Amino acid sequence: MFFIDPHIHMVSRTMADYEMLALSGVVAVSEPAFWAGFDRSPAGFVDYFRQLTEFEPRRAAQFGIQHYSWICLNPKEAEDLGKAREVLAEIPKFLSCPSVLGIGEIGLNKNTPNEAKVFQQHVQIAIDAASQGPPGSKHALILIHTPHLEDKLKGTRMILEMLRDFGSAIDPARVLIDHVEEHTIELVKDAGYWAGMTIYPISKATPARAVDMIEMYGPQRLCVNAAADWGISDPLNTHRTMLEAQRRGHQLPELLQVFHNNPAEFFGQNPKFTVKPLTVQPAA
Amino acid sequence: MQMSQTSPGNLTAADVLDAYFLEARARLIELAATLDRIDRAAGSQAVQSDARLKFIHDSLQTLQRTQPGRAKAVQELYSLK
Ligand SMILES: [Zn+2]
Repeated sequence: MFFIDPHIHMVSRTMADYEMLALSGVVAVSEPAFWAGFDRSPAGFVDYFRQLTEFEPRRAAQFGIQHYSWICLNPKEAEDLGKAREVLAEIPKFLSCPSVLGIGEIGLNKNTPNEAKVFQQHVQIAIDAASQGPPGSKHALILIHTPHLEDKLKGTRMILEMLRDFGSAIDPARVLIDHVEEHTIELVKDAGYWAGMTIYPISKATPARAVDMIEMYGPQRLCVNAAADWGISDPLNTHRTMLEAQRRGHQLPELLQVFHNNPAEFFGQNPKFTVKPLTVQPAA
Repeated sequence: MQMSQTSPGNLTAADVLDAYFLEARARLIELAATLDRIDRAAGSQAVQSDARLKFIHDSLQTLQRTQPGRAKAVQELYSLK
């Protein structure tokens, strides 16, 4: 079984984790920019973006894993609009790095007006990126974090509303809204966006619930990740979800779709992402 | 032996709620999803009278009690008489 891990924070993980991912069939990882556990200075962000685009791809390559990343100022640090302005000014040049797939993970944390403002500014950068490319270019891919726990439902609604306000400038097929759960998955999928489910202890989904959602809402436009980071998290929760699906009798083509081909299809809208969807065929 | 009502270490009730609320929430969602899963599966009508399902529903009633001893009561519900 091959996996693409669509959401993992490798800067917080060790080489042993890269080895474990490689041993467990992960061929590519996608790393959104996130919160370091403390608020950084604008200069600290530039160093972080360099770590994502220069250092992590080299670490991953030692294990045959392709490393891709997403650039942004995370919502947890969006409260300081002055800092946000400085960091956002750095983003366009990193978008053109060979392994950067788009803008992310932007979104909301506590659903504040400043977070919303910075979210909209990020979306605008994604839209403006189209004009930097050859004629006919589409907006940059967008990866969106939805808030935790009691803030999730309201935050998801706010995000969908803000995206809708951009009208035809935003193509839902080029946006993945992450950390959906039972009460938000329908909103996201019905509006035509890609959805990500995160298997994370205590605060998010579990393998069994994620498989429930795959069954209830279909495997189309749905990805599974463990969002492993510096918290109590486990990259293999993605694999545990695959095992749970397998235990219930889901067959290899469907498993491959959810854990490899869906991320390959979504990320592959950016030609920088070179891992292609796979099909299963018994030998003649 | 009588169950003692000593406090959990030096934690106040607010500390306990802080420490264990999210875990309790996660377990409730998991239980809700498990019940939904049973309902979605083929033959769900046939298991409605299964003693294990009755145990889950009876346990939920027990959780509504306002006095301590809920864990012991749930264990007793699940014990062979
Ligand atoms: Zn994340």
